Amino acid sequence: MPLIDLANPTRFLTLASRALPWLTIATLAAFAVGIGLIASAPDDYQQGATVKIMFIHVPAAWLAMGCWSVMSIAALGTLVWRHPLADVAGKAAAPLGAAFTAMCLITGMLWGRPMWGTYWVWDGRLTSVLVLFLMYLGVLALWRTVEDPARAGRAAAVLTLVGAINLPIIKFSVDWWATLHQPASVLRLGGPAIHASLLTPLLVMALAFLLLFLTLHLAAMRNEIMRRRIRAMLVREAESAAQ
Amino acid sequence: MNLGPHAFFIVGAYGAAAFIVAVVVGWVALDYRRQTRALAELEARGVTRRSDRPSGAPS
Repeated sequence: MPLIDLANPTRFLTLASRALPWLTIATLAAFAVGIGLIASAPDDYQQGATVKIMFIHVPAAWLAMGCWSVMSIAALGTLVWRHPLADVAGKAAAPLGAAFTAMCLITGMLWGRPMWGTYWVWDGRLTSVLVLFLMYLGVLALWRTVEDPARAGRAAAVLTLVGAINLPIIKFSVDWWATLHQPASVLRLGGPAIHASLLTPLLVMALAFLLLFLTLHLAAMRNEIMRRRIRAMLVREAESAAQ
Repeated sequence: MNLGPHAFFIVGAYGAAAFIVAVVVGWVALDYRRQTRALAELEARGVTRRSDRPSGAPS
């Protein structure tokens, strides 16, 4: 199937219905393998067993930023190409991004307390991720405030592109400012600084989280297309009744 | 598996992550059920989309 065919919402719905069962199976399989690897992973020589929090905290953090990146690409699709599926994709990704950001913040706090002696510090990394979470809530509020999906989509797209400035701030905050948070140890120029016995379960869990996002995003996009169809049908019904 | 002196924080982190995933999965599943039901009700009332109209039908 040519990629352009996916631009048609009906074709997209057909593809989503076919792909969702397979994606669900792949997600569950990846989590099963990941949890098995976590159970057998060794403790860190400094952090002890608390290093196990890394296997959910880091993938959640990657997806927190990844969801906003997806929303930014969708925002370009909305504003530049006015693609019908672009704001559907952006709207469907926002609550997922908020959920992964909340997960990142909560697991980070629970990791910080035994390692740093505090749940929270107002440093560059933690504060910029909190700002990301608040921006997700802002986008969600915008979608709920403006009734017309087309207008809401354009407003959310502008806010999303403005908010994308925060992504490099989050990434480089540990290099730019003094912070309790450790610097990048996986996605860095010199290669990962983590031993393979901890890196392997981390990457498998990252794959599982990515598959979870793809599954939920596809399902949420399907729901949003159906919601817009229902809205169009209700408008049509009201027009017929008025004639 | 021995989680050591910080078991509360490790179990708490995994519990919170599982809870968030469960809420999001539940929300998406419930939303799908709600939209499917609303669509079926509209179709049962004979409401169609513009693209569903037979070609040549009056507007």
